[in-house]
Amino acid sequence: MSQLHGIVTVAHTSTYAFECITPETDEPDSSPMKRYSAFAIAREAFSGHKNWDRAWRKAQPKKRYDVVIVGAGGHGLATAYYLGKNFGITNVAVIEKGWLGGGNTGRNTTIIRSNYLQDPSAAIYEKARSLYETMSQDLNYNVMFSPRGVMMLAQTEHEVRGYLRTAHANALQGVETRFITPREVKEIVPIINLAGPRYPVLGALWQERAGSARHDAVAWGYARACSAMGIDIIQQCAVTGVLQEAGRVTGVQTTKGDISCEKLGIVVAGHSGDLANMAGFRLPLESVPLQALVSEPIKPIMNCVVMANTVHGYMSQSDKGEMVIGGGTDGYNGFTQRGSFHHVEETVRALIETFPMLSRLKMLRQWGGIVDVTGDRSPILSKTPLEGCFINSGWGTGGFKAIPGSGWGFAELMAKGHSPLTEEFSMSRFREGKFIDESVAAGVAH
Amino acid sequence: MLTFECPCCGAHADETELHAGGEAHIKRFGPGASDDDFEGYLFTRENPKGVHFERWRHVNGCGKWFHAARCTMTMEVFGTYPAQTFQPPKDLLDKITEKRPGWSWRDLS
Ligand SMILES: Cc1cc2nc3c(=O)[nH]c(=O)nc-3n(C[C@H](O)[C@H](O)[C@H](O)COP(=O)(O)OP(=O)(O)OC[C@H]3O[C@@H](n4cnc5c(N)ncnc54)[C@H](O)[C@@H]3O)c2cc1C
Ligand SMILES: [Zn+2]
Repeated sequence: MSQLHGIVTVAHTSTYAFECITPETDEPDSSPMKRYSAFAIAREAFSGHKNWDRAWRKAQPKKRYDVVIVGAGGHGLATAYYLGKNFGITNVAVIEKGWLGGGNTGRNTTIIRSNYLQDPSAAIYEKARSLYETMSQDLNYNVMFSPRGVMMLAQTEHEVRGYLRTAHANALQGVETRFITPREVKEIVPIINLAGPRYPVLGALWQERAGSARHDAVAWGYARACSAMGIDIIQQCAVTGVLQEAGRVTGVQTTKGDISCEKLGIVVAGHSGDLANMAGFRLPLESVPLQALVSEPIKPIMNCVVMANTVHGYMSQSDKGEMVIGGGTDGYNGFTQRGSFHHVEETVRALIETFPMLSRLKMLRQWGGIVDVTGDRSPILSKTPLEGCFINSGWGTGGFKAIPGSGWGFAELMAKGHSPLTEEFSMSRFREGKFIDESVAAGVAH
Repeated sequence: MLTFECPCCGAHADETELHAGGEAHIKRFGPGASDDDFEGYLFTRENPKGVHFERWRHVNGCGKWFHAARCTMTMEVFGTYPAQTFQPPKDLLDKITEKRPGWSWRDLS
């Protein structure tokens, strides 16, 4: 136990350390944003790299905006970005209670894939994946998208059948995946133990253009691009109430005063229940802690992402060399951003069967985030009972990969009142029995 | 460490001995109910930051279901009580009020 306490303490320090490196300035910045480039690096080298512009302005809230977005995670920032870029709506504030990207966006294991079973999921996740392909160029910010391939192991006969079905569904959806044999698995991942004992590897669903990206950079890249369009990102400002008149949203109460708005977008992941409560409606989701951990850094041994859903664990290797490991959520509601102690052990124990080399590694740190999980494990991008108020939530354990697609669709929904990407993800689907059931399809999310 | 006292067998059980069963005191709405009630019963959940009432099962012990009141922010367990009731006992509610003045959960406070 004392050992686990050690891990937890380290995790907290690292979380706070991240606050200090958020680049920001007090000075109102009227000069246009300078582009990042190889030339810029050379230019800035002349002054010892001391004169780089801040990546985004520090904004004080105005009295009124056309659109207020609550939550400066990836989904909130991407929404603001596409409101500006696709619809010319830039009188927008993104309000964040902590620091931008400090929620799940800065805590996830960065798996990006789009090999989902159901058509509406494949559409939004593939839209997102394809936007990741060009994100660094689009945002002029290196998000280190690395399409290194994602492999989902089939370790029972049921999983084999399930993934064959998904591979066929993906072919019809235009998502490039294929089912590969154990031999191919071993070729791609030499450190794997195919033989079991409990769960032999019988094949895998392989998406070659899936992979990972740098999570902080995604948040920072969107923030910088938003700021350059004139969008205000207001950090250290918590929304404490939703103002309404005759069934219509009129603004929000915050720790920096009231701010009125025409439209409100709630994009707060694990805190969705809280915000819905303020706005006066209930949601079909619950918030639970999800954890991840990393090992000490080692030489490159695995150059793709491997998910073992039957045993509930997945792993990739970071550019620093750490093995990045994740598993399942806690079984009960919680807001501790820490998670239960035994889950760490359970996850590693499960993975050691398939990756025996893990047993020799020391685990370096562990952390948690609060994920909002719906009954069908699919997100909610929807109008709400409160006119003018929209919600983007329920991404649960697997929404990092969806950030650009979600922002794209949600911005369209907020601007035009409907979007083909978000249509099926309405919160009324539960009442109507139109689930988008990915819980069976994936077994585990991410 | 999250531990509960099982009201059935009296054991102080660690969470690894237990299975979490979700929100407590959900009223069942079946055929003939309104769409709102039916949706509420099946899907809509309390998701409080703070006091929460839940069902737990002592799976790796006596096997019985029971109820618990817990704080989702601090993991403090206020108390446990038997499964055969529609409502938490009064002394537990008083204890919660003492520790979390002004709390509320559904129509309890
Ligand atoms: C350990 C872990 C591993 C994961 N692994 C993966 C993975 O491999 N792949 C994947 O695709 N997904 C993964 N996910 C899920 C992914 O992280 C989330 O789905 C995604 O980051 C959600 O983004 P978001 O912008 O909606 O939420 P967040 O990034 O959490 O942003 C919400 C923001 O709202 C703010 N906020 C909350 N309340 C208020 C308020 N009252 N006022 C103002 N601001 C408020 C918060 O401070 C927060 O910054 C993982 C999650 C965790 C925790
Ligand atoms: Zn018992």
